[in-house]
Amino acid sequence: MSPTQSDSIAFVRSEMLPQKPAPVSEAGAIRWLRENLFSSPLNTLLTLIGAYVVYWLVTHSLPWLSHSVWTAGSVSECRQIITDTWGADATGACWAVIRERWSQFIFGFYPWQMVWRPVLAFVLLLVAIAPVLFSALPRKMLTFSLIYPLLAIWLLWGGSAWTELVVLAGFVLGWATYVALSKGSTLIAVIAAVLVPILWWKFAAAPTTEVLQNVISLSIPKVSSSDFGGFLLAVTLGVGGIVMSLPLGIVLALGRQSDMFLVKSLSVGFIEFIRGVPLITLLFVASLLLNYFLPPGTNFDIILRVMILVTLFAAAYIAEVIRGGLAALPRGQYEAADALGLDYWKAQRLIILPQALKISIPGIVSTFIGMFKDTTLVVFVGLFDPLKGVPDFVRADFNWKGIYWEPFIFTGAIFFIFNFSMSRYSMYLERKLQRDHH
Amino acid sequence: MTSMTGVPKQGFRLSQLIYDTRYRSLTIQVVVFMLFMLGAAWLVDNTIRNLQALGKDFNFGFLTYRSGYDIGQTLIPYTNDSSHARAALIGLLNTLLISSLGCIAATVIGVFVGVLRLSKNWLVARLMTVYVEVFRNVPVLLWILIILAIFTEVMPAPNAYRVTDQMLAEGVQPAATMVLFDTIAPTNRYTAIPSIGFSRSLGGFDTSFMPISFNFLAMVAALGLGIFFNRRVLATAKAVQEATGDRPVTWWKSILLLVGPLLAVMIALGFHLNLPALKGFNFAGGLNVTNAFVVLWLALSLYTGAFIAEIVRAGVLAISNGQTEAAFALGLRPGRTMNLVILPQALRVIIPPLISQFLNLTKNSSLAIAVGYMDLRGTLGGITLNQTGRELECILLMMLIYLAISLVISGVMNVYNNSVKLKER
Repeated sequence: MSPTQSDSIAFVRSEMLPQKPAPVSEAGAIRWLRENLFSSPLNTLLTLIGAYVVYWLVTHSLPWLSHSVWTAGSVSECRQIITDTWGADATGACWAVIRERWSQFIFGFYPWQMVWRPVLAFVLLLVAIAPVLFSALPRKMLTFSLIYPLLAIWLLWGGSAWTELVVLAGFVLGWATYVALSKGSTLIAVIAAVLVPILWWKFAAAPTTEVLQNVISLSIPKVSSSDFGGFLLAVTLGVGGIVMSLPLGIVLALGRQSDMFLVKSLSVGFIEFIRGVPLITLLFVASLLLNYFLPPGTNFDIILRVMILVTLFAAAYIAEVIRGGLAALPRGQYEAADALGLDYWKAQRLIILPQALKISIPGIVSTFIGMFKDTTLVVFVGLFDPLKGVPDFVRADFNWKGIYWEPFIFTGAIFFIFNFSMSRYSMYLERKLQRDHH
Repeated sequence: MTSMTGVPKQGFRLSQLIYDTRYRSLTIQVVVFMLFMLGAAWLVDNTIRNLQALGKDFNFGFLTYRSGYDIGQTLIPYTNDSSHARAALIGLLNTLLISSLGCIAATVIGVFVGVLRLSKNWLVARLMTVYVEVFRNVPVLLWILIILAIFTEVMPAPNAYRVTDQMLAEGVQPAATMVLFDTIAPTNRYTAIPSIGFSRSLGGFDTSFMPISFNFLAMVAALGLGIFFNRRVLATAKAVQEATGDRPVTWWKSILLLVGPLLAVMIALGFHLNLPALKGFNFAGGLNVTNAFVVLWLALSLYTGAFIAEIVRAGVLAISNGQTEAAFALGLRPGRTMNLVILPQALRVIIPPLISQFLNLTKNSSLAIAVGYMDLRGTLGGITLNQTGRELECILLMMLIYLAISLVISGVMNVYNNSVKLKER
């Protein structure tokens, strides 16, 4: 700075000032409040309304929740305890009903000493499903995933394990036939691989099971379908429906994408028909009409009938999800497969489906959430679902007559935890897949 | 031109049906067709044999028989002397009523919640997130049951609204008071709402389907006339804008044209609301809507509203910020930015999933079974089925009707979707 300048300027600061804290209104909690709650008159109004809603909800539910009774034998005993403890006009939650009857909400009427079987089946379900959901796990675990459905059926319904093993032998037989014959004509190999297991199941399965059963008995006690209920029923129907609908859904999706007019119209017709009618009408078909459509004298249990219709229902939705996955694949993948000289099925199996199924997983999970919620509708064909079937049964007991909110909250919370975590997983997957692509 | 001589001339071989791509698809289709027909024949044959074994036949003649049961809520005249077909029609109209009112309410809820969830207001955004997640992740049946329980267990009985002279003298409040400026009274059996009345009637005529009042026709005509002239005004305004660049102010003309004629007709006919009032043990004067309807409507709207909120939010988020900024840079005001830039693009993302939510709501309306509302499933698939014992006919007919509703909704909405979607050239 030249001397003339320093003369003409009255004051020049030569050292830094210490930093001042931000103004009170621009820092900390006050700033946060101003920015997030009171930034404009409209926002202030919204905040006040929101605060009132929260206040209303809390004042109406908190006293009830805080006056919880966990040990009582009946509603009247609950009310007595509440009156004795918190005064005459106090209201309170009677969770004793959950404490006393939770096993029915979870397992229905499954015999209590055998409850380890559904629990084990559920734990194994998590093991079986893990390699599908998390790609970091070793691929060899998928073998267990393939065997799991038969294992689960055996664990849940019991009976002789040979039945399931003989069914499994059918699959192995089909695969062996294919491998043996595929050196020659592929077409003959495929036809034989389909026919041999069918013949095996139709003619050889029953006598073989009987012989094997007589040699070594692998039986565990049978459990009747009518004993299923609660969340056990919901999970069985939901998981069973989705798993069985996957192969059918893939076929339908490929059929809908096909160039062949007839195949395409049949697939479209089936998918649109199923998606156009409410699930409840399909459940009525299961309970009232299915016996008409099957050979006279066929009669099998309601859970299996419902499962068939639920499978068809889920298959139509899964097909649409997979179609989305197929459509999302870049055209170049199809062309590259053609350029390599792969035939249709090889191209689908090695190139198209692995990618299409991977990007369909979020959609499949969403479909499963929807299915899992919809399994509660089976109450209308006389099964004991956890929302209405089991609570109605509990309320039919004189001790628990007129208890509404506690069962609703209990089952609602379980459904929420299940579905919320699954939807978060699906969102995580969507983000991950998006990153892979771009 | 002798190059073709080396190619051996072969006749048609059977293996070409499988290995020649020219014929293969035909072969596959024939095989599929045969398998399909075999399957269908198997099902039909089973059905015929089963029906024979039960001594039943397959015919829809029962639809003309006297139904013999009453229906609580009917949109068109119906008595228990009417036919089963008429009962099914009543059910269908009830299904359509709950679906359309549900779709409207769910859309309103969904748009509000979706926009509020995006708001910068921390509290409101959190509240809306909680609403959406709680409603989406729990079966709709639970919401129906909870709202049903609220109505049957918590709502007051009609006579709780009673105000006696003694209570007035002592200054005691009645046990329950009507809501929304004393127009609506929810009770544990029905919800009393105001009904529409005219002090002068133009008469009407009776078709076999439903009676039609001239008052109603006059109002529709007035509204139609208003819409027609409003279109004319808007077209003129557009022409002026294209010729001169200035758009004439039209909003007050539009309001006047749309509301004016309708209002004039309504005043001329003496339009008024009949408020419900407690007469004896029940409300009279207004309309008593069964709680089955109210419960189902509320539950379906709240449940589907949560899904629509997510769709709306995704639609708005899908429009990049640059679009707004570009519109501002062009000098458009926020309102016009929304109308001309954001909404047309967001609608394109919103409408396809919205269609499927409308379809879901319509299909979920069959959950009327949980509250005893007489929709299509309650009449045709319920009492008619039980009375006539014709499961096959009733359920097939019911499924076909639901299918037709779904196809019509998706058809109409697809036409609308095509009108707003990106026109690629």
